[in-house]
Amino acid sequence: MERFIQVIVDGVATGSIYAALAIALVLIFRSTGIVNFAQGEMAMFSTFIAWGLYAGGVPLGLAVLTTLALSFIAGMVIERGLIRHFEGGETLTLVIVTLGLFILLNSLAGWIWGFGNRSFPSLFGDSTFTLGGVRLTVESVGIVAVLLAVVGLLFLLFQRTKIGLAMRAAALNPESSGLVGVRVGRMLMLGWGLAAALGALAGVLVAPRLFLDVNLMGSVLIYAFAAAALGGFDSAIGAVVGGWVIGITENLAGTYVDFIGADLKILVPLAIIFVVLLVRPAGLFGRREVARV
Amino acid sequence: MTPLLEVEGLRAGYGQLEVLEGIDFAVDSGQKVVILGPNGAGKTTTLRALSGMVHTSGKIAFDGGSLAGVRTAEIARRGVAHVPEGRGTFPELTVQENLRLGAYVRRDGAAVKEDLGRCYGWFPRLEERRSQPAGNLSGGELQMLATARALMLRPRLLMLDEPSLGLAPIVTRELYRVLGEICDEQGMTVLLVEQNAGLALDFADYAYVLESGRIALSGAAQDVKDNDDVRRSYLGF
Repeated sequence: MERFIQVIVDGVATGSIYAALAIALVLIFRSTGIVNFAQGEMAMFSTFIAWGLYAGGVPLGLAVLTTLALSFIAGMVIERGLIRHFEGGETLTLVIVTLGLFILLNSLAGWIWGFGNRSFPSLFGDSTFTLGGVRLTVESVGIVAVLLAVVGLLFLLFQRTKIGLAMRAAALNPESSGLVGVRVGRMLMLGWGLAAALGALAGVLVAPRLFLDVNLMGSVLIYAFAAAALGGFDSAIGAVVGGWVIGITENLAGTYVDFIGADLKILVPLAIIFVVLLVRPAGLFGRREVARV
Repeated sequence: MTPLLEVEGLRAGYGQLEVLEGIDFAVDSGQKVVILGPNGAGKTTTLRALSGMVHTSGKIAFDGGSLAGVRTAEIARRGVAHVPEGRGTFPELTVQENLRLGAYVRRDGAAVKEDLGRCYGWFPRLEERRSQPAGNLSGGELQMLATARALMLRPRLLMLDEPSLGLAPIVTRELYRVLGEICDEQGMTVLLVEQNAGLALDFADYAYVLESGRIALSGAAQDVKDNDDVRRSYLGF
């Protein structure tokens, strides 16, 4: 039983990391209408920056906060400097642009930091504690707490502030938003900035569990796509639930089903998505069928 | 006195297609002006041109500045509230969120709250449905919401694109009655485009008739209404 609970908690923690990146994908999908294939590589690049600051002597917490701020700015710069020029054109063109950005960032990171592995320290240390007879890591619980805090802040931003209302409006209908004085371009910039910061958070949370290298986010991005698809590509709550479902089932299957093990467990979430999307093409929480790539 | 809005030689269109072939008109402060004309005459394009939603050339003087080449959001910030064709409401957002968006550019929070109460006073149906998504509203209620949303800006110029479109005659009459009351109470400056000439001419002070992208004639609303030739040739009633 203790083992089972540990596997579940760990699954929720892993799922929370997928959820953070999935929310980033959802933010951009809702405002720009595309899936940002470069989201994972942007996060990887950010994680290297955090590592660089830390290796240079900056305390870890400060290094991470600085990285989140820098990523926010970089996300806005990417929207303004690159994506803006292709807005309103063919969706496929934009998707290809994000694929180009993927390759660019991956190569650039390799060129700057090399292709070797590095270990990245956990924000939460490696201590454990016992709760009701079950031994849990501080890290797992910390990751879940961070995700819940982030979701709470995003909820407040979008539901309770004027700028959040304007961001939602700009995503729903840019033309009508312009008529009430919302500067739609700035809202898109903000959306990309938020998404980049969220991705950076996912990166620094996942890096201690893997090794930091240029392909850090490869599999995480697949899981995040899966989480977003499962939840319905336009729902942040859906992304969280999707992330958790995938994290838990992946861990359960990897632990308890003999022939799956660590190598095949990536297939489990994909099987779940396949079944869910057959029954509910818009995802669990999605409002409309996702027609764009 | 210089008019609040003065348009000279305005041309506008979509790509190769020129819809407005150089029109002149003016709206004085506190005046209610209607632009009439058949489908395809360029009524909607005129309002879209003023809001910077189509490519234009010509002079658009507004309130001591020029609106030519200015972006839509900045035009709204200068106090032009435009209720577009299709109403421009957000069906996914609640009634109250739609109204708050109308006041998005304002910085006077307390007065915004007051105006919200005033809008609910004018349109009690909206208050009953304040927490519902705007998508649940009927056509008449949606037009009320769109109008209230525009008033939340405290506009210097209110532009309305065919408020009567798709509404039952009784709903349209009621809408124009309330609109007339509000405008008189607020001393609102209005630029209206409408196909429903009868109601619009009763509402407005001054009228222009647009035909194939040109102003065919203009005059005081009452004179236009009383002129049998004009009615037969241009307005069809």
